[in-house]
Amino acid sequence: MTEPLLKIENLRIELALRSGQAPVIDDLSLELRPGETLSFVGESGCGKSMTALAIMGLLPEKVGSIAGGRILFDGRDMAQMNDAQLRSIRGNEISMIFQEPMTSLNPVYTVGEQIAEVLRRHKGMSKQAAWARAIELLDAVRIPNAKSRVSDYPHQMSGGQRQRVMIAIALACAPKILIADEPTTALDVTVQAQIFDLLRDLGRETGTAIILITHDMGAVSEMADRMVVMYAGRKAEDGPVAPVISHPRHPYTKGLISCVPHLLAKLTEQRPDLTEVPGIVPALASFGADACLFASRCDMADDKCRSSRPPEVAFGEQHSACWKADQL
Amino acid sequence: MAIFMTILQRLTYAALLLIAVLVLNFTMMNLAPGDVADTIAASMGGADAELMDKIRAEYGLDQPFIVQLGAYIGRVLSFDLGYSYFYNAPVTELIFERLPATLLLVIAAQVLALVIGVLLGVFSARHPNGVANYFVTLFALFGYAAPVFWTGILLLIGFSLKIPLFPVAGMSDVTIEGGFFVKALDIAHHMVLPVITLGSIFLALYSRLSRASMLEVLGSDYVRTAKAKGLSPREVTLKHALKNALPPVVTLAGLQFSAVISGAVLVETVFSWPGLGQLALTSILARDTPTILGILFFSALVVIIGNLLTDLVMRMIDPRVRGRA
Ligand SMILES: Nc1ncnc2c1ncn2[C@@H]1O[C@H](COP(=O)(O)OP(=O)(O)OP(=O)(O)O)[C@@H](O)[C@H]1O
Ligand code: SF4
Ligand SMILES: [Mg+2]
Repeated sequence: MTEPLLKIENLRIELALRSGQAPVIDDLSLELRPGETLSFVGESGCGKSMTALAIMGLLPEKVGSIAGGRILFDGRDMAQMNDAQLRSIRGNEISMIFQEPMTSLNPVYTVGEQIAEVLRRHKGMSKQAAWARAIELLDAVRIPNAKSRVSDYPHQMSGGQRQRVMIAIALACAPKILIADEPTTALDVTVQAQIFDLLRDLGRETGTAIILITHDMGAVSEMADRMVVMYAGRKAEDGPVAPVISHPRHPYTKGLISCVPHLLAKLTEQRPDLTEVPGIVPALASFGADACLFASRCDMADDKCRSSRPPEVAFGEQHSACWKADQL
Repeated sequence: MAIFMTILQRLTYAALLLIAVLVLNFTMMNLAPGDVADTIAASMGGADAELMDKIRAEYGLDQPFIVQLGAYIGRVLSFDLGYSYFYNAPVTELIFERLPATLLLVIAAQVLALVIGVLLGVFSARHPNGVANYFVTLFALFGYAAPVFWTGILLLIGFSLKIPLFPVAGMSDVTIEGGFFVKALDIAHHMVLPVITLGSIFLALYSRLSRASMLEVLGSDYVRTAKAKGLSPREVTLKHALKNALPPVVTLAGLQFSAVISGAVLVETVFSWPGLGQLALTSILARDTPTILGILFFSALVVIIGNLLTDLVMRMIDPRVRGRA
């Protein structure tokens, strides 16, 4: 087995809420291997974006902080790095694209400048070299007429094209890791499929490892090698996509999958997002409780589930944090 | 081509606006009691009714209002603003003699207020819990509340009477000899207090608005993108955030142009600054209609030019404005 590229160990992220410090991510461990695609899934508010932002060192200022654990990248702990060290990694070795392509680009600079800027910053390229490379990158993300579109401003482009520009920015420095946080949620269906195709192809060509955060289980099954199912700031289950989907070892994963009727439908067809598992996610304030946080929605729950936190159990490469994992 | 058309369009609007201003000014002056004949009569030490009629006929004051208005606009359009009987000089000459002093004051105050206001705003937005923040709030409150002449007099007492750092009045010291540089330095020395007085009101306005605008922009998605690129806090703030935070401030500055000019009238009076403000005050007291009309016309012209410039700056900052006609 190859050495992991990114290794998160017992990560705890706390938010400064009005009621005091509360964990949003509690004791989360996971690994990302070179070149693989790892998917984070889970309902809204379970902490997927928080985990991604923690890796980027971009937790909301004065609100979020890493309260424990390690984020090992190439053997160095990013949780201990100072801002200057993090800045030299951000956009260079680890980059990120976001959910809202319409507002993620700066309206007052050309897209070419916004791509060229990272190249000058991290690769020390000259103005001309960076600009020429920006045109190549626009071409690589399949924007027609790259040579003339490079001097366009964001408002002259469609949502799908802007997300392509974001991908071009993210891949400009040939990063080892690309984090895509719901990159297609704001786009319409045919464009979603194109963006997923693009990400998959570019990921393969460049050997970039991808962390794909999405609510689209179809995309997970088609794109990802492994997946992490998160619930209320904790990892419910993780493992290679095929066994997790065909034989989930956590009632929450089971619920998520049963919500999606045609899991293996083509990427170009419209598929429902993860619909609700009955019940709601517990309040943020109770994320630290010593119990299985899924108990209130689980029909297998018993007293033990409600009074102590289930440890992680391994089934080959699959891990599940459920007291009754072996009964599933 | 498109930009050419827009500029042409703006200039046409400006010209129409200027004519509207002329009509309005002339009408208002006609509604006010007293006219040129009164002024002339007063300067002659009094005149009887017959002589007054003669004077009125001579200057066309017996004509119907609409004819007088037409004649006035015609004269202005041929760059003739009339003759001041009070100063015994052509109005254009009077105005051009004083316009530079006022423009110097107004532009210096606007630039000072904008530059320092924006810097303060940016700084306090970057450090929401820092001292600068309280300073901006306090200063803004003070700037709004304090009347210009009061601030002016306070500064005069403080920094030219008690601590004689700056001259009390005027724009230059006639006794000073020397080349251009020495004279410029002398004028700059005279400018300090008036410019601070005039600028402080607007500084308060601009710093508050840039702080609010900057806070909003710093929370935007594209600023998060800029951080995700690994840019330094300075690049994120000055390159990515500031340029987006500026448009509201520039718009406000454009709108405030007329307020700065009317503020200048007061400041000029306090500091005996030899500009249009002083001329306006004396000519109003003397009912010197041609001069008053001339000053109003030039003030309108300056405001209109100021607005055109604002438009131009907005186009430079924001490509989305450029796209619009
Ligand atoms: N700036 C913030 N201040 C306080 N709480 C926050 C802040 N940002 C996020 N949260 C809370 O942290 C929790 C985790 O949020 P996060 O954005 O990671 O969820 P997510 O899994 O990405 O959800 P989604 O699928 O909706 O994007 C949520 O309960 C959210 O309300
Ligand atoms: S630990 Fe208990 S409550 Fe939690 S998922 Fe497993 S069975 Fe359900
Ligand atoms: Mg999210």
